[in-house]
Amino acid sequence: MKFVDEFRDPELIKSTVGEIESLMQGRSYRVMEVCGGHTHSIYRFGLEQLLPSSLEFIHGPGCPVCILPMDRVDEGLKLAAQKNVILAAYGDMMRVPGHSGSALELKASGLDIRMVYSPLDALKIAVDNPQSQVVFFAIGFETTAPATALTVLKAQELGLSNFTVFVNHVTVIPPMRAVLDDPDLKIDGFIGPGHVATVIGACAYDEIARDYKKPVVVSGFEPLDILQSLVLLLRQLNNGEARVENQYARVVPWAPNATASTVLAKVFELRPTFEWRGLGAILQSAVKLRAQFSQYDAEVRFAEVLANHRIDLEKDRIERGRGPSTPCGEVLKGLIKPNQCALFGKECRPEKPLGALMVSSEGACAAHFNYAHERID
Amino acid sequence: MCLAIPGRVESFVDAERRMALADISGVKREISVDLLRGEGAQVEIGDWVLIHVGFAMSKISEKQAREQLEVLAMLGEAVAAAEEARGYGQS
Repeated sequence: MKFVDEFRDPELIKSTVGEIESLMQGRSYRVMEVCGGHTHSIYRFGLEQLLPSSLEFIHGPGCPVCILPMDRVDEGLKLAAQKNVILAAYGDMMRVPGHSGSALELKASGLDIRMVYSPLDALKIAVDNPQSQVVFFAIGFETTAPATALTVLKAQELGLSNFTVFVNHVTVIPPMRAVLDDPDLKIDGFIGPGHVATVIGACAYDEIARDYKKPVVVSGFEPLDILQSLVLLLRQLNNGEARVENQYARVVPWAPNATASTVLAKVFELRPTFEWRGLGAILQSAVKLRAQFSQYDAEVRFAEVLANHRIDLEKDRIERGRGPSTPCGEVLKGLIKPNQCALFGKECRPEKPLGALMVSSEGACAAHFNYAHERID
Repeated sequence: MCLAIPGRVESFVDAERRMALADISGVKREISVDLLRGEGAQVEIGDWVLIHVGFAMSKISEKQAREQLEVLAMLGEAVAAAEEARGYGQS
């Protein structure tokens, strides 16, 4: 058992692995961990190698930069190319390749693109640069959406007229339903995202258990958390149960964060549909600013720019086809493993990613690449 | 971005207690505590919180804060987390 010594409590890890082995006897299950943080942890600690091969992990669509389609990346970068515009983006977003390069590359070529760690810092750039239009490239699930929402409210309070948000916030339940609706994907249960549930509450997963009869265990991020969550999940599966259990109750409450929910509902409304990389269009799976906040909506302020860009892109698509395509979607859906992609580790590497899954440490491909040398395959 | 960074609330910056000065692994930065103003969730000086993109998202115990720091270290994310914390308010 490699790695066991570096765990906080090696004995507990061993006994938990033993429990999983006995629960798995004569059975095989496919479990999806939705969150990129869990994917990272599973790879970092080689958990797949510790566990029976009949227990298969499907690395789900829970990494915000990984699921953003390239067209949205391009649109955000197109805004950066407008006169007098400063684009502010999170670090993860800086390296995601668009058709004409990444934000980092475009910044090197002279565009004013700045990395921020918080939407409040994008707001500060707007306050400090009244002569420029500042666009914040907002991404993330419900974990970061309330931060964006509060920042919009603050911009309103300050009466700023040079701050807009390019909103790409997505919601976690619809993609879980989408993978369950996909006949190609057979998933027996979920390791539920942890930190997103501090906003939506563990109760949010109830509909998955109820409507699809699939168990969900909300989990912490330590190896022992994930193993203990697997024990809870396997016990349910073996007993034919489908409930939501909260292994991460020390951080995640059952109920949603009331303040965050109020702010989200005040500022955002559901988009009718949103495109996910690899998963296609998913109904009501993302949000946009409500009409009353349209002056802070980059898609409203730059509507013409974006419309023209979409026309150009479509012309380009018709004339030349798209650039190099990557089978990220198949990896995202768990149909192939990262290293089964022909580009993996060759044309597509963490330092020069072709696909978004290779960009973030929470993407399945980057995690696989970074820790593959430590694996016993 | 998806892994939270623990910090300890040191003082409040504004009268409405929406912004706080937090100690995040030795770095002192302004964070928003606006999301923890709901009933039963109020933040007090000395409280530990989990921080995402400059916003405190949940209150935790000191033990949980230490555990979360260890998780970040184990995942090789401690440096990135410290860099993120240092970056708040520095744009």
